[in-house]
Amino acid sequence: MNIPVELKYTRSHEWIRAETDGTITVGISDHAQELLGDLVFIELPEVGRELTAEQEAAVVESVKAAADVYAPVSGTVVEVNLALADAPEQINQDAYAAWLFRMKPTTPSDLDALLDADAYQQLLAAL
Amino acid sequence: MDSPSPCTRPSLAALEQRDDFIGRHIGPAATEIAAMLATIGASSIEQLLAQTVPATIRLTTPLAIGEPRPEGEALAALRAIARRNRVQHSMIGMGYADTQTPAVVLRNVLENPGWYTAYTPYQAEIAQGRLEALLNYQQMVIDLTGLELANASLLDEATAAAEAMSMARRVSRSGSKRFFVDAGCFPQTIDVLKTRAAFFDFELVYGTPDEAAQQDVFGALFQYPDDAGEVRDLSGPIAAVKSRGGIVAVATDLMALVLLRSPGDMGADIALGSAQRFGVPLGFGGPHAAFFATRDEYKRSLAGRIIGVSIDARGKRALRMALQTREQHIRREKANSNICTSQVLLANIAGMYAVYHGPQGLRTIAERIHRLAALLGEGLRQASIDVGSRHFFDTLRIDLGARAASVYQAAVDAGYNLRRVAPGVLGIAVNEKTTGRDISTLIRLISGRELDLDALDSQLQAVDPSLPIALLRRDAILTHPVFNTHRTEHQMLRYLKQLQNRDLALDHSMISLGSCTMKLNASSEMIPITWPEFADIHPFAPLDQAQGYLQMIGELAAWLRVITGFDAICMQPNSGAQGEYAGLVAIARYHASRGETQRKVCLIPKSAHGTNPATAQMCGMRVVVVDCDDAGNIDLADLAAKAALHAAHLACLMITYPSTHGVFEASVRDICAVVHEHGGQVYMDGANLNAQVGLTSPALIGADVSHMNLHKTFCIPHGGGGPGMGPIGLKAHLAPFMANHCVQPIDGPHAGQGAVAAAPWGSASILPISWMYIAMMGGSGLTHATSVAILNANYIARCLQPHYPVLYTGSEGRVAHECILDIRPLKASTGISETDIAKRLMDYGFHAPTVSFPVAGTMMVEPTESESKAELDRFIAAMIRIREEIRRVELGHWPADDNPLKRAPHTQADLVDEHWQRPYSRQEAVFPLPYVAGNKFWPSVNRIDDVHGDRHLFCACVPIDESEEGRG
Repeated sequence: MNIPVELKYTRSHEWIRAETDGTITVGISDHAQELLGDLVFIELPEVGRELTAEQEAAVVESVKAAADVYAPVSGTVVEVNLALADAPEQINQDAYAAWLFRMKPTTPSDLDALLDADAYQQLLAAL
Repeated sequence: MDSPSPCTRPSLAALEQRDDFIGRHIGPAATEIAAMLATIGASSIEQLLAQTVPATIRLTTPLAIGEPRPEGEALAALRAIARRNRVQHSMIGMGYADTQTPAVVLRNVLENPGWYTAYTPYQAEIAQGRLEALLNYQQMVIDLTGLELANASLLDEATAAAEAMSMARRVSRSGSKRFFVDAGCFPQTIDVLKTRAAFFDFELVYGTPDEAAQQDVFGALFQYPDDAGEVRDLSGPIAAVKSRGGIVAVATDLMALVLLRSPGDMGADIALGSAQRFGVPLGFGGPHAAFFATRDEYKRSLAGRIIGVSIDARGKRALRMALQTREQHIRREKANSNICTSQVLLANIAGMYAVYHGPQGLRTIAERIHRLAALLGEGLRQASIDVGSRHFFDTLRIDLGARAASVYQAAVDAGYNLRRVAPGVLGIAVNEKTTGRDISTLIRLISGRELDLDALDSQLQAVDPSLPIALLRRDAILTHPVFNTHRTEHQMLRYLKQLQNRDLALDHSMISLGSCTMKLNASSEMIPITWPEFADIHPFAPLDQAQGYLQMIGELAAWLRVITGFDAICMQPNSGAQGEYAGLVAIARYHASRGETQRKVCLIPKSAHGTNPATAQMCGMRVVVVDCDDAGNIDLADLAAKAALHAAHLACLMITYPSTHGVFEASVRDICAVVHEHGGQVYMDGANLNAQVGLTSPALIGADVSHMNLHKTFCIPHGGGGPGMGPIGLKAHLAPFMANHCVQPIDGPHAGQGAVAAAPWGSASILPISWMYIAMMGGSGLTHATSVAILNANYIARCLQPHYPVLYTGSEGRVAHECILDIRPLKASTGISETDIAKRLMDYGFHAPTVSFPVAGTMMVEPTESESKAELDRFIAAMIRIREEIRRVELGHWPADDNPLKRAPHTQADLVDEHWQRPYSRQEAVFPLPYVAGNKFWPSVNRIDDVHGDRHLFCACVPIDESEEGRG
């Protein structure tokens, strides 16, 4: 299973990359895309939307399931990956390149509570 | 040769075979039952039942239903009841207009088991016929409403309006909790909206369309033409509501829209209504298809099923249900709605009405209806009678003051039902069956004058003030070739047959869908539904004309009370999901009546069907999930803990029994007791009631309210995806809180209590099916049916266990009426999935069992009692041969991606493929067992590409392209 060490993760299978400008980039893990199968539709949040941690932020839909993507921490949506709208299969091709949205966290230290690659690996092993 | 000695001759009682129908309904005969019992290692049916159904919940007395009746006698008895209905020419309107079902459609669709015994088209490769019919229906709705996307039908106009309201809330950018309702909406629509709005915590605001402009609302519903018949341009009010962020829905009439400007053209976001008057009988309220259309941008917020176009493995055009992940079986409490069932059979009839008549024929019918209404209006005007509506399509309102009552009665005596709108005011709605003679008679009755209708007609040909040109549509409708080809009866007959041939229904083979109960739909049960005495009664006809209906419904309700052990039956809900809603509404009202409005927690086991959480959400309840143990049973400790934790807020538990895992849980009474201890009520999902009838009952296990899927347990056919009927049974303390009806008040529930469906007794015209079934089976036959359903399931489980693990069994190793086969180990070792097996079964002439419910990666088989041992053995042989095929993949004889399973289903295109280079023969592909060749069902398309279809969503008729057709 592909779990890049430089990323953080959630129990609900989002990945998070801390950017140098203080924002974070969010996507779904390789495990999540594999579970969902061929994705057919992505619903993205509006830029500027305020989200609290674990609030529904986006929806990823395959032919057999639809899953909510949650905000990993509280913050504001600053950018969304519009390219996914026409090509949701990018997530199946490379889940870590096909990001969904970027956020400006309200409290940057909230990121410390997220899982690291090892912890996420263990979580998957326990499923 | 000796003649038989007199003493060996059977008695007259034996010759009369009064229980003959039981043996027609139930598959295995006595000798087969003995053989099957031997196979499963049970000495008798009674021993099997003792090992299956916990003794603590067994009924101790036989069902007090009466003796079985022969088919002819039951039909005669029902006919006598039906004759107590009086068929009049109903001109009541209110969304129900009499119609002429084209005879070729009546006989070849409505009365044809090839159409009515099919299931919802989940296995699209063997459902291309009705999928095409539904696509025609969607195209018709799109054309007439002027919107971009239509679903494949909802249950009735009133609930469609309620769906529009909740959809408006989902997509509107307004933060308001208020919804505007045109005071000119049909009263039953407003009744249902009130019920729904209360639990969503929406405030309804009423007024004329013009008054909507001043309101801050998240959406609005207008009626067009309105309840009084008035037709007006709604563009202004629509624009006004939209300018403030509101979503506008228009409830409308397809026949009027043949002539009138479309809601889409006037700017509406949603259009909805009933498709009944396109050839579907009145039937005292249903079943009818409700149409629902919207703009493309809202497609993912649309409730109900949508048919879409995709391609198959050969790149050929193929149809299937699109956007299924929005449905409650995936989204649970986040689903757009709890709606599962649609009204496929009725939507198909409506679509075929348009195919048969075409745009010109429909125009003639609509113009004729309008002309008759205009003649009536003009005739009355010339006689100085006040005709309310200025612009109208087919409905007039006349103010007769003190004369109204005598005119109403004179009309009834002459064979006409008019609408009593208010004291002094009558409504008259013209329909397709109305004639010029009817109009002359009505003018004479109302005005006392004889008019020269021909002279009046000449005037109206020159100028028709009742429908100015500005209100008429200018765009072309139904231009697709399918609506312009089938004018002659031969063409129509052959088109219907062509579509029917693509669909696998119960007239071909067993459909062993777990949880769906595809039992026999006997011809003698079906025959009464099209008798005029049942088919041609308006839902709001005076009740003295519907005494036969009331008697039949009353007798059926009495039987259902005996079977369920409940005290009261509410016949209103049109589907199981609507029954759930009606039941939870009753529970919520009950708690509120005791001042306990805070009770809003609904406990739902993890194994529950997705409709349960979706329904709880619609009732304003919060879902708390209860765990299941490894054996698939509810975790009693977890339940007790959660019930205690939420005791002060506990509203109810929703439980399916036997469980969705197909097991009679021994602890069910303890489970119900825990909930009651903490002040909660128990709702039993009746999906599996067929495993209880005569052996146990919902009331006995401890439930307070439960729905009954009459389309499963009591033989109403699935219609290819609807109709259904989901009446609820309630214990006495909940009975006052069941649905009432504002137009036709019902005895029992509190007065003025809101409705859950448009018609007072739901889809009343299909209740004779269940009446016939119960009458012909009697108490003993019903109980025997349940026993054999359990035997058949255990027989399949035992025969397939060596080949596929059976996932859940009770404490004594038995399953209930269905069994779950675990495909996950095979998938892990070979990559062959439950879907591959489902598709491969088509090559063997079978519809797949339920796939991936209630457990992903499994198949749930429910044979029902109506399958003979021979049919079960054919299915078992097919499943075992498929297992051998999988073994060849396991052993590496066939590549994991090129074998008869992954390539299934196989079509005639495969058979004639000149470039066939697969590792298996064409013989193995299409005739895998000897029995197949004798009765081959040919899937009309290869495996359908769902991903392609959902990524390139297209939900209307595809323009005919010669090259595409040629490739097929």
